[in-house]
Amino acid sequence: MSIDIKIRKGLQLNLKGAAANIIKQAPQTNNYALKPTDFHGVFPKLLLKKGQKVKAGQPLFFSKYQDKIKFVSPVSGTLKEVQRGAKRKILNLFIEADSKQVSVKHKLPKLESITAEQVRELLLESGNWPYIKQRPYDVIADPDRSPKAIFISAYATAPLAADLDIVLDGQQEAFQLGIDMLAKLAPKVHLSIPSKGDSILSSIKNCEIHRVNGPHPAGNVGVQIHHIDPVNAGETVWTVGAEDVANIGRFFLNGTFDASRTIAVSGSPVAQPSYYKTTIGASISSILKDAEVDQNMPTRVINGNVLNGDSVAHDGHLGYYNNDLSILPEGNRYRMFGWLPFVGSSIHSMSNTSLSWLFPKRVYAPDTNMNGEERALVVTGEMERVFPMDIYPMQLLKACMSQDIEKMENLGIYEVAPEDFALIDYSSSSKLEAQAIVREALDLMIKEVG
Amino acid sequence: MKLREKLDQLKKPFAKGSKWERFAPAVNAFDTFLFVPNHTTHKGAHIRDAVDLKRTMVTVIIALVPALLYGIYNTGYQYFIQTGEAFTFIDAFLHGAMKILPMIAVSYGVGLAIEFAFAVYRGHEVNEGYLVTGLLIPMIMPVDIPLWMVGLSVAFAVLIAKEAFGGTGMNILNPALTARAFAFFAYPTYMSGNKVWVSEATNVDGVSGETILGSLASGAEVNYSMFEMFSGAIPGSIAETSTLWVLVGAAILIFTGVGSWRIMLGSVLGAAGMGFLFNLWGANALMDFSWMNHLIVGGFAFGVVFMATDPVSAAQTQKGKWIYGILVGVLCILIRVFNPAYPEGVMLAILLMNVFAPTIDYYIIEGNINKRKKRSLKTANIQTA
Repeated sequence: MSIDIKIRKGLQLNLKGAAANIIKQAPQTNNYALKPTDFHGVFPKLLLKKGQKVKAGQPLFFSKYQDKIKFVSPVSGTLKEVQRGAKRKILNLFIEADSKQVSVKHKLPKLESITAEQVRELLLESGNWPYIKQRPYDVIADPDRSPKAIFISAYATAPLAADLDIVLDGQQEAFQLGIDMLAKLAPKVHLSIPSKGDSILSSIKNCEIHRVNGPHPAGNVGVQIHHIDPVNAGETVWTVGAEDVANIGRFFLNGTFDASRTIAVSGSPVAQPSYYKTTIGASISSILKDAEVDQNMPTRVINGNVLNGDSVAHDGHLGYYNNDLSILPEGNRYRMFGWLPFVGSSIHSMSNTSLSWLFPKRVYAPDTNMNGEERALVVTGEMERVFPMDIYPMQLLKACMSQDIEKMENLGIYEVAPEDFALIDYSSSSKLEAQAIVREALDLMIKEVG
Repeated sequence: MKLREKLDQLKKPFAKGSKWERFAPAVNAFDTFLFVPNHTTHKGAHIRDAVDLKRTMVTVIIALVPALLYGIYNTGYQYFIQTGEAFTFIDAFLHGAMKILPMIAVSYGVGLAIEFAFAVYRGHEVNEGYLVTGLLIPMIMPVDIPLWMVGLSVAFAVLIAKEAFGGTGMNILNPALTARAFAFFAYPTYMSGNKVWVSEATNVDGVSGETILGSLASGAEVNYSMFEMFSGAIPGSIAETSTLWVLVGAAILIFTGVGSWRIMLGSVLGAAGMGFLFNLWGANALMDFSWMNHLIVGGFAFGVVFMATDPVSAAQTQKGKWIYGILVGVLCILIRVFNPAYPEGVMLAILLMNVFAPTIDYYIIEGNINKRKKRSLKTANIQTA
């Protein structure tokens, strides 16, 4: 069965340096890192000490407040260093990989007769659980709750985002098995695929398929949830990334934790933007070199897309969840009289005070300049243009800023994640940091409501 | 970039941790007018739209310029036509400029001084909103108002209507209209009657001019053609008279998306509808005044295009903007017809609706909240059933 979802509000931004449809094997590296900061709200409790040996799939740490959730090493090798920041917060667990990879092997029961409880236990035990996130709050799923549905978006609409049809090509079987296993955990599994073209996932079974069409953020799982089966107060839904479903499937095929990651390396400073097969936590420097990222200008590397990713050092490591590695030129420059209307239309604007709207197909190469300074909220109606939900975004953001929990609940805080506000960050004429405001508000809700 | 280096040199004493750090907002306000700063994104989206508040506000100023230029010319035109002297276009324009430029200078001087002081005191950057307010205030005053009254009205508006509520983005009332309302109630002899609308009317014998609405309210004959009313060759506040040039500004605002077309259209529909009803009733001269003429005389067009659309004091939801706009139009005609003491209704209509705008939004958002609650209850019932 398939249902169509048509999204009208939003923004399809064409950026220079989209990844070509070539999948390469990432250059060999023995330098890996797991970043506890990739898991929002998790307080890591280390299980290993510096210098100890670790197998692939062996737990490195667990969550202090939910000790069932284990975080495992993507490769086998030695825990080389624990990098800490302010207040001894753990930033990076550096792992030097061995040349011969050894994995922790889990005993699997017969898959035909596997029970929900067994699936849950195996996912928790094997370190696959962090692949599952939940709404409300956009954090790792609480294994003690049962969700009303699981949502998977196989439609990426963010600027320069990896085409998930390319990422998942050849992984359909593992993906199907992943869906079958996840279907044990919830009454319903929803899978969203692009309505244009013939998605390789259109024949996936055991789930409800939705064909989604529209500009970004149509591909955001939160927008899809809102249009399929919105989250009410007290309800929980889970979300899983598309490639993570395949990783879960492979775990139930082999009994070993699978940390495969296919990434699109893209952006205007990249000479050879293309896809790479690599592993979660792999060092990115060799990939950047292989993709021929411009060395002559200051650039920013982002784990994730340009709207909601985390910036990472050039010698840093791949994040846990992202299929995109975006590279942008840094925008540390002044523009004389750049604020004049209709001046500098090479910089994209949603507002008609720039002439860029005359060229909807134009491909832009933005940098990281703010294009202005933060100001009080004055203009109204601009947030609604990029927020395809039946929620008043500005009123919700104001409730978040004043930490008014009841108002936030009323206005729909349970349905949103920071990423849904990414285009508001982008288009705000007051340069409001909407994603940061929503993240803080969600953290407050976790603390006060739970 | 020589100039840039010089500026960076000049700004050194205002840097963080330096001697005059507190005054940085004042210096930045000037610097950011020359250059869009080199700030890069740190959290949230890594790329940003080219639009900012400065660009938005400057767009409004550009939209105001046609009406302002015509207002300057019309000031001179009204004067010379009354005195009967021979004059050229340049003479009229110069006469108007001599009157109006000092008013603009006083308005910006006083207003920006207060804005800068509050920015330094509160430690935030100077908001660009006053650039629009500061130009609007002289444009809606009678031409002969003493400069000190302009200054006092500005101070009242910025301090009481804006900063007391928390500054830009927080005010309930439109600051420019508050300034006018202040002057109107504090100095009524300078703000109404038949001696204030034409330049030098109080000093030169034989010069007098009543606004059309004023004449109607006092039961006098109106001797202007519809074309004169539309083009603006009539007495009135400086820039309000020409519907034609206000419409040019409206076109700019709607084209750039800076002004809400919903509010503008709503107001026009509301006023036209109300005027039409009164035409049908037709109990007196004011009621008989054609609904079409209501749209082009007085400050209706100017108020609706430039003041009712102020996004901060207007309704903020889309549906709310329609309701707000229609009510501004309806109230404006109601006040004009029923209250001859205030022949110009648009100022009070907009101020009144400014006060009601949050209530309109409240009910529209309450609708959204109830929808969500109902949905929540429905699923809860299915689960228990």
